[in-house]
Amino acid sequence: MAITSIKNLKEFSTNNDRFEGAHTLCPGCAHSMIVRELMNCTDDNLVISSNTGCLEVSTAVYPFTSWDTSWIHIGFENAATAVTGAEAMHKARKRKGTLKDNDAPVKFVAFGGDGSTYDIGFQWLSGAVERGHDFTYICLDNENYANTGGQRSSATPIGATTSTAQAGTHSYGKKEKKKDLVAIMAAHGAPYVAQLAPNKWKSMAKGFQKALETEGPCFINTVSPCTTEWRFDPKDTILLTDLATDTLMFPLYEIIDGHELNILYRPKNVLKVEDYLGAQGRYKHLFKPENRHVIEQIQKNINEYWDMLQRREEARI
Amino acid sequence: MAEKFDIQDREVWDGNYAASQALRQARVDVVAAYPITPSTPIVENYGAYVANGYVDGEFVMVESEHAAMSGCVGASAAGGRVATATSSQGFALMAEVLYQASGMRLPIVLTVVNRALASPLNVRGDHADMYMGRDSGWIQMDAFNSQEAYDLTLCAFKIGEDHAVRLPVMVHQDGFITSHTAQNVYPLQDDKAYDFIGDFKPVDDLLDFSRPVTYGAQTEEDWHFEHKAKQHKALMDSRPVIDAVFEEFEKLTGRKYNRVESYNMEDAEVVIVALGTTVETAIVAAQQLREEEGIKAGVVAIRCFRPFPFDQVREALKGAKSIAVLDRSSPGGAMGAFFNEVSAALYTTDTRPLVTNYIYGLGGRDFSIDEAKRIFKEQKAHADAGYITTDIQQFSGLRGPKLGYFQTQRG
Repeated sequence: MAITSIKNLKEFSTNNDRFEGAHTLCPGCAHSMIVRELMNCTDDNLVISSNTGCLEVSTAVYPFTSWDTSWIHIGFENAATAVTGAEAMHKARKRKGTLKDNDAPVKFVAFGGDGSTYDIGFQWLSGAVERGHDFTYICLDNENYANTGGQRSSATPIGATTSTAQAGTHSYGKKEKKKDLVAIMAAHGAPYVAQLAPNKWKSMAKGFQKALETEGPCFINTVSPCTTEWRFDPKDTILLTDLATDTLMFPLYEIIDGHELNILYRPKNVLKVEDYLGAQGRYKHLFKPENRHVIEQIQKNINEYWDMLQRREEARI
Repeated sequence: MAEKFDIQDREVWDGNYAASQALRQARVDVVAAYPITPSTPIVENYGAYVANGYVDGEFVMVESEHAAMSGCVGASAAGGRVATATSSQGFALMAEVLYQASGMRLPIVLTVVNRALASPLNVRGDHADMYMGRDSGWIQMDAFNSQEAYDLTLCAFKIGEDHAVRLPVMVHQDGFITSHTAQNVYPLQDDKAYDFIGDFKPVDDLLDFSRPVTYGAQTEEDWHFEHKAKQHKALMDSRPVIDAVFEEFEKLTGRKYNRVESYNMEDAEVVIVALGTTVETAIVAAQQLREEEGIKAGVVAIRCFRPFPFDQVREALKGAKSIAVLDRSSPGGAMGAFFNEVSAALYTTDTRPLVTNYIYGLGGRDFSIDEAKRIFKEQKAHADAGYITTDIQQFSGLRGPKLGYFQTQRG
């Protein structure tokens, strides 16, 4: 972890090049920004695993790879287990002295989308965290199964339209609340859990560094706006992320050892959720008169959640 | 270093204990495992070695068999020796990852204690799981007793990790009949066993940061076919390596293994082709029939189920007149899978013997010497008549009315 101070974004974004630009992620996809922020916040050797998903199919299409570090993909659900298998092997080989460089620091990181993390891969993630492996799991949360064309996941918020939870004459889109995975992971006893966003790149880098430095399993949820499925102009990715954090639709906070909650970003002016919803196509239908109550419900949920976070921060529970 | 484990030159071990001892002696770096009947004791025995310092690798008790193989894939890609064990439903849950392990050419050793697949739920042995693994790109070897479970597991590490092979290897044994029956086993001393296998020599190691590697890349129609073709070639090319390892093992122990085992086949006219513990039963039946009735009975057993020993099966069966292929798995609306493979090998011979298919022993149903004798006698009737006198496929040892399928047609 040689990088101790980060002066400016330009310096930060160019300090190494372990994730090559020639990938095939959509223009405007936040995944590459988040991956680069992880890669740029540490000089340590990295073993990275990826679940099947947008990141994986866009960065390792044989015979090409964007990863100038050790990287493995096996399935949609099991990246957490694969990387913790490698972590166990590292422990064994270090003990036996069979590594090429026995003293070099190595960090183990798994990437998954929200589908592979909240849903199909949840068991594998839960098991890996329970076993206490020293690794960091980063969820690239674009709130839908983007790689298969925009189906609902349990991370899709109320009111969003997806191809399997569609808005129509009899429906306003997804009816169920987003699963609170950050709280669930904190309840696992993970020593460091955080929700971060790429627009707040300094707090994201710090959060990543904390997770990498912390011994044991760490979980980070990152908002990753999806230009294709959220339906906004690719140039507006960071604008969308700004709106997500400033409306508190996606509040930024960390939980240390399951009880010490710190809010990482307090907007000076909290925006109304309409500003966020109105900036993307997947919520367009909510602005019809018959669906206004959904917007009100979303705003109510946001207020309650923010209130809860503040009370937990104060109470240290 | 691990604590010294005292073993005698002769031990009384069941198949599970034998397999777990082979894992210990191989000094496996990572075992990621999940318990399931009847392979549970392998994991438990290994847990006891961990608790008492007899092994110095990592033991990761994961939350499912799918995770067990997932952990093994990550661990193996990270450049060390890896093994696990499973059975039946656990094997089925692992199935997705079996293909990922072989596709990435990772020499993981999996000891499979064969058991039926639900429904109905059944913990006893048959070969449903072995057959389920047959297209997964793994080398599959079959142990017929505890001694062989031990010997073949040692060989499995040496075969799979050979740089000319680099493939995962399954070692099968029959649920309960082998896994839970204690027999005399003649193990090697620890150093001798380890020296036979040798140190693990990593290739494309995730933990070698001087040369970063990408595992599990995506391909479409542009490259997938080429990868699968090369994977098949690797399996086919493993045959001489398997033979060489068996030969080396014979020099060390005097115990000789072949990819196809033949018993009394020099002059045999009627033959049972089988797998697992059934082989020993069939050998006893054949010997008795030779002594009692002068029937020239022989047994051919497949030691190496994958890569399938096509040429050797043809060679072993070339003098036979009538052959019974015994499938210990539900055929599921077809001829038995094993029957199909043996028949395919025989179809291209000039002599083209009569071949019938017996489905037997599902869910742990006993297979007796008498039953084997009955099958031999039916084969004798076919051989004498010059045609198949029964249905081509029949269920053997089933209660209730006799079930036969695929009727013989003769002009």
